[in-house]
Amino acid sequence: MRIALHNVVKRFKGFTALKGINLEIKDGELFTLLGPSGCGKTTTLRLIAGFYQTDGGDILFDDKIINHLPTAQRNIGIVFQNYALWPHMTVYENIAYGLKLKKMPGTEIKRKVDTSLDKVGLSGLQHRYPGQLSGGQQQRVALARALVLNPDVLLLDEPLSNLDAKVRMKVRAEIRQLQQELKITTVYVTHDQEEALTLSDRIAVMREGRIIQLGDPKSLYERPNNTFTANFIGTNNLLEAHVLKGNGDGKYTVQTAIGSFMGIANQPLSPGQKCTIAVRPENVQINSERQEANSFTGKIHFASYLGNILRYDIMTSAGILFKADIKYPWGCEVMAVGTEVKISFAEFVCLLINDRCTEEHNLTAVGGES
Amino acid sequence: MGYKWSWNVIVRSFPLLLAGAGLTIRLTCIAVGMGILIGTFVGIGRVSKNKFIFTLSSIYVNFIRGTPLLVQLYLFYFGLPALLGFPIPPFPAAILSMSINSGAYVAEIVRAGIQSIDQGQMEAARSLGMTYHQAMKYVIIPQTFKRIIPPLGNEFIAMLKDSSIVSVIALEELVRKGYLVMGRTFRSFEVWTAVAFLFLFMTFPIAQLVNFAERRLKQND
Repeated sequence: MRIALHNVVKRFKGFTALKGINLEIKDGELFTLLGPSGCGKTTTLRLIAGFYQTDGGDILFDDKIINHLPTAQRNIGIVFQNYALWPHMTVYENIAYGLKLKKMPGTEIKRKVDTSLDKVGLSGLQHRYPGQLSGGQQQRVALARALVLNPDVLLLDEPLSNLDAKVRMKVRAEIRQLQQELKITTVYVTHDQEEALTLSDRIAVMREGRIIQLGDPKSLYERPNNTFTANFIGTNNLLEAHVLKGNGDGKYTVQTAIGSFMGIANQPLSPGQKCTIAVRPENVQINSERQEANSFTGKIHFASYLGNILRYDIMTSAGILFKADIKYPWGCEVMAVGTEVKISFAEFVCLLINDRCTEEHNLTAVGGES
Repeated sequence: MGYKWSWNVIVRSFPLLLAGAGLTIRLTCIAVGMGILIGTFVGIGRVSKNKFIFTLSSIYVNFIRGTPLLVQLYLFYFGLPALLGFPIPPFPAAILSMSINSGAYVAEIVRAGIQSIDQGQMEAARSLGMTYHQAMKYVIIPQTFKRIIPPLGNEFIAMLKDSSIVSVIALEELVRKGYLVMGRTFRSFEVWTAVAFLFLFMTFPIAQLVNFAERRLKQND
């Protein structure tokens, strides 16, 4: 089942939650709506589910407009953040209910319920009540309940947010596996960028009721076309800059408060134009022997040892903090605060972003904690 | 104070008072039973998206809750017969007014119960192919009943005490019997003490049951 949203608008009392959403979700794709709270991602999901009616635009399943089709007739499965299992029914009854409504014979129902429980690894828990299960188990039951009717579309609304870290990773992998096995078109809503990167075929980054970038995880991470995405997905060093000259092939020299840098842009820039440079901490080297296109000096301001990486906040001469990650800190000495270091990074990891929301962010401070 | 407490009065009038208490319980059980029936439908009406049903049930609830039970009783016992042209005996009049009164309070309990159920419960049901009515019947209402048991117990206690009002139309429930005994013996202190304790014997176990139910339900949530 393909899903399409054409110019979808949704208004609530006093504000517009969705300001014209355009989407094409492919058959069998796991598509993620990613953004901070209030960006409209859940509203979009609820419109697809039929819990809300659009105030403009069309929603299509394959090529059929379904704007006014009741939820019950959309053949969708939904998993909610708080599971929404029916507490007065056993696991078996929860999963079997949809099948009973379809007047399926009892033996057939039993076979289907058993198969779906087996798929989510919960065989033997048929007769428990939801209250007797752990969060992870409850969410698996919810998944089984959503999938037992063979829906055309699976909708997941922050399904992992109520689970603790270890269980979250496990269920995350299970969801992806199951989704690929069933090849079911899936819309996944989350505010967790790491979750989005690991799970998705494609991601739509949303902000204030609009989609501001759409792409596969790798392109969003490596080629953000706006500072919001650069900031929201992973961590970035963002610096205001203006273009000095073009070097051909999309490469430019720009001037920042720290000095001049060479980087690449994904759209043409002209000399004098304002832009933002974005450099990922993992692409920054400290005291490297290698000759890189860009380098400057600073002092260690703060060091955080995270196990797999060692992150330094480096204070530059212009009073701007710059983050740099040491990727294999095993056995490395942690440098003392105040140590002077040389920072360098290559031209191709220095992205030049030109977008209109530049003014809205405080780009002199480096943000975007993951 | 030279008052001499007389056990004798209580012992001799006890069968009479007990019969009164019997009628009190009977009236209350029927009224609250009917009240639950009315209140379930009206309570569902109070969350209905249908404007007509919503307005109708809201008018009913607000009218009953905004007027005294005594006035409602007079309306059914004195007012309605004047309108219809034939008398309504005290018992049906009492049952009618108490049931309709209880129905409004139960409706509010049911409405609050329905609204306390997480929205996701309904949405999950709808997404699995249930209609609004099926979802109400099989998913929302069964959960609501569990949650409204404690407030329903309280409604039962309140109605049991309020039923004393029907003594004014000469129904011989507990309070009316108290009057009768007092008139015969002039031992008002003994009589009303006995009546008070009989009420307490009826309400206290129910209150305990409500407390127990509340604790149990808290554990399950």
